[in-house]
Amino acid sequence: MTDYFIGHAAYYFIITLLLIGLWGMLFKKNYLKKLIGMNILQSSIILFYVVSASKYNATVPVLDPKLGEINPSQYINPLPHTLMLTAIVVSVATTGVALALLIVIYKRFNTLDENEILEKMK
Amino acid sequence: MIFQHFPIVIPISLLLGAMISAPVGIWKRKLTYPIALFASFVAFFFSSAGLIYVLNTGTHHYYLGNWIPPIGIEYVVDPLSAFVVLIVNGIGFFVMIYSHRSLAKEIPGKEVPFHAVVLLFLAGLSGMVVTGDLFNLYVFLEIASLSAYALVSVGEKRAPVAAFRYLLLGTIGASFYLLGLGFLYLDTGSLNMLDNAKIIPLLEERGLIIISLTLMLVGIGLKMAMFPMHLWLPDAYSYAPSVGSAYLAPIATKVSAYVMIRILFTVFHTEFVSEYYNFTDVIAWLSAVGILWGSIMAIAQSDYKRMLAYSSVSQIGYIGLGIGLANPLGFIGAVLHILNHALMKATLFLVNGNIFYRFGITSIPMFDENLRKKLPYTSAAFTIAALSMIGIPPTAGFFSKWYLVLASVDKNNWIFVVVIGLSSLLNLIYFFRIIEKLYITRKSNLTLDEETKMNEVPISMLVPTLLFAILVIGFGVFNAYIVDYIIKLAIPDGMI
Repeated sequence: MTDYFIGHAAYYFIITLLLIGLWGMLFKKNYLKKLIGMNILQSSIILFYVVSASKYNATVPVLDPKLGEINPSQYINPLPHTLMLTAIVVSVATTGVALALLIVIYKRFNTLDENEILEKMK
Repeated sequence: MIFQHFPIVIPISLLLGAMISAPVGIWKRKLTYPIALFASFVAFFFSSAGLIYVLNTGTHHYYLGNWIPPIGIEYVVDPLSAFVVLIVNGIGFFVMIYSHRSLAKEIPGKEVPFHAVVLLFLAGLSGMVVTGDLFNLYVFLEIASLSAYALVSVGEKRAPVAAFRYLLLGTIGASFYLLGLGFLYLDTGSLNMLDNAKIIPLLEERGLIIISLTLMLVGIGLKMAMFPMHLWLPDAYSYAPSVGSAYLAPIATKVSAYVMIRILFTVFHTEFVSEYYNFTDVIAWLSAVGILWGSIMAIAQSDYKRMLAYSSVSQIGYIGLGIGLANPLGFIGAVLHILNHALMKATLFLVNGNIFYRFGITSIPMFDENLRKKLPYTSAAFTIAALSMIGIPPTAGFFSKWYLVLASVDKNNWIFVVVIGLSSLLNLIYFFRIIEKLYITRKSNLTLDEETKMNEVPISMLVPTLLFAILVIGFGVFNAYIVDYIIKLAIPDGMI
């Protein structure tokens, strides 16, 4: 049982991070805090991919003649990492759009608190 | 032959158009619109030609940079994706023609970025449809979503708030999709749809892919506004500028429905999702609740755009129901409804744009016979689309509902038949009250300059409206050809 927890410690950490992010997005009343929650959620997924690609006792995915014959188990999987480069770009773009929206919202309503904004929207 | 490259030309022409039109627009404002229109036309042309090509020669695989899948990214255009990409670009092109005058009135001074964002939006949606790679789909999904947030946010005062809430929920959806994709990749080691379809039946341990499918369906369901996850939709559609809604409502959610069809029936097999594990039943029942819920909420609205938004929730339910029934008739109904609903909603939202252009109102109690006297053709277009939404033959809306009813009977599920009938009655209530105000009641709220003076909207706005209305009838009358020559070719293997 303890082996199971130790071997998967990273995944438990990621799940916790994901839940913190979701909780922040759904239950925080301040829009900026919601945005921070969103960033935590996205980071947790990025970490999930990165962790899933790692291997014990393996090296960077550059062909090394010293290791002898080509054996995939000696190199970590580069694909999830490259995918996550794209996901990071997407996450940055989303944050940018969200911040731009928040600036407009703040200019129009003078607050970022959801309850006050909903009150003013009626 | 250069034409072999059409799958990539569709999104690339739109992306290039977006990249060129924005800087050129800063230099000379007037040049933006022709460039945007041209890019949209190129995409529309290649989509139409692509559909004809695919129908003649069969599914077209295009390897990006000649990297053979599953290593490289592959674009696959089969009858279904050619059909959906044509809907996207057809609606996109004609609404683009429409948008020129409407935007000049509603959001003056912001046309340059608006057109660029629209092109990005269409590029994202077209890319989602033609791609055969699951991660590539995620990237296009985000391109489409980010531009959709921007389209919503330029609307009225409350629009940025609606856009921000749409952004939060949309990002949750995209993140769930990405997480699900991560699980799928861990299990199968491939991102290519067709490659995954080969690997999945061979897997002994199914826990991981079930989690992955659930997460992906939740993510796509959020983007598609499937019933319990539709909360972003009414605000987003009703506060966006009328052209923005006319782009969003007909195609954005439909493309997500298409992605759901792809994931359920192409990546995972029909047998897997409907017999071993009852994913499709859950989708069907949720959609059935959504159909009724959307219709009931639509009756309660007094704002025309908000009513259409709730009606969208209900209509998405029809598509979900067709997907969830997981038999050929249901599939035909769902895909036909993607087309029909795109046309009907486009017409209704363009009518909204016309009314707003002339009178500046969206409130239903303000509609009256003077509106009809001033905008007779717009009112006629509205009536055709409304009849189609209710489902009166020979308009298009009747036939997709008919296929869905047949599919429900085929599954011996009489509750769904009752749901479809009941929802048609509810549709009758909320559309007929407007038809009544326009044609029957003699009461006037709006003042006319002169008695019964006709003053239609500009020709560039009127023609797309009427064209969509005529197509609603045309596709209704000739629906058998579409079903026989296109949709039947697209029915997934193993669906009985």
